[in-house]
Amino acid sequence: MDTQKFIDLFAEALDIEASDLTVETEFRTLPEWDSMAYLSIIAMLDEEYEIQIENAEFKTLKTLNDIINYIEEHQ
Amino acid sequence: MAYLEFKGVGITAMAAAVPKRVIKNREYTEFWSAEEANAIVEKTGIEERRFADEATCSSDLCLAAAEQLFADNDINKEEIELLVFISQTPDYRMPATSVTLQHRLGLPNNTIAFDINLGCSAFLYGMSVVFSMMEKSNLKKALILDGETRSKVYSPRDRRSAFLFGDGGVAALVERDEKFGKSTFSLNSDGSRANLIMIPAGGYRHMSSAETVVEKVVDEFGNMRSDEQGYMMGGDVFNFVIREIPRDIKKTLAFAEKTADDFDYVVFHQANNFINSYIAKKMKLDTSKIPSTIAKYGNTSSVSVPLTIVSELKNKLDGKKDLLLSAFGVGMTWATAIVPFCDCKISNVVEVENGVRI
Repeated sequence: MDTQKFIDLFAEALDIEASDLTVETEFRTLPEWDSMAYLSIIAMLDEEYEIQIENAEFKTLKTLNDIINYIEEHQ
Repeated sequence: MAYLEFKGVGITAMAAAVPKRVIKNREYTEFWSAEEANAIVEKTGIEERRFADEATCSSDLCLAAAEQLFADNDINKEEIELLVFISQTPDYRMPATSVTLQHRLGLPNNTIAFDINLGCSAFLYGMSVVFSMMEKSNLKKALILDGETRSKVYSPRDRRSAFLFGDGGVAALVERDEKFGKSTFSLNSDGSRANLIMIPAGGYRHMSSAETVVEKVVDEFGNMRSDEQGYMMGGDVFNFVIREIPRDIKKTLAFAEKTADDFDYVVFHQANNFINSYIAKKMKLDTSKIPSTIAKYGNTSSVSVPLTIVSELKNKLDGKKDLLLSAFGVGMTWATAIVPFCDCKISNVVEVENGVRI
């Protein structure tokens, strides 16, 4: 999986700069993270990776790398 | 596959009523900053909603819509032999609001009257019930009344629902006529997701008590509500909707041997613009065929599909038009309907204040 592409898509969904993110970023600590940002990420995951993550599972993911791993395990 | 098909039944007239009171979301700042409000409006596309005053119930909105429908069409009330009221915000826990509306509308005592409690997909469920009873009987005319006052359900201090919901009521007259041809319904339910959208207290599982009315902080963002107020787990609802709704529409179209291009209009439940735009994009639908009232009325639950038809398709339903309807929400329940409209007479949207039409 193209990690940089994922970071770019994640940044685009939250309307922030990709340069502010790394795979180690704990996305819930971003000031832009809220329930609407979550909807944008859900849309991005569905559109780009055809994947849906239920909230109970999503809650266990902390970093961008956690999401990347989830996508790789479930594609 | 649970598909229902009916022949020679359709909606011949429609009317709608909304409360006079307009809530402008960008100015909905009693508990929120203008910056937060603007950000939510940008995302949801909901600029305004209508809020019922204390004296106005769902039934009053439906009554006003029905009175307008009677005023604009030559209808002998004695011929209305079936009345179905659709709502999750009824007047009382009992009796059924449909029965009080039979009396308030001056309908005869041989009117069949009952309520359907289901949520956002309920107008489609209700249509299927009424179409079925009409097709298999000699009933002359039926009236579907669908009203919601969701403004009274959600906490203004829970950001996840405070900006979304509005109130409205509709009336739809159903008659038999060969000109309608065939209609098709796909109706679905998934009770394993009952907890995604819920008002936990006030029923008989968690009866109202001093405890249930206490407003509490419910999450790490500081959102507040009581158990008597509704909540929505937006992320899981969205996940569910983007998976199931395109699938159900595709299956229903395949069953009916149609494509999305065959329809004059596609009317979706008005959830919010983010969800609705995403579904349209994902399904590659022609957005010029998708009327929207999300900006001016917000999410009115089961009322949103018929309210959008009344508000946006007046004067556009002359002759025969084929409509594809899709609605989804609390339950979860979801439904797709293929419904022909023939010369449907649509009234102007009327306003209600202090429980009466103005």
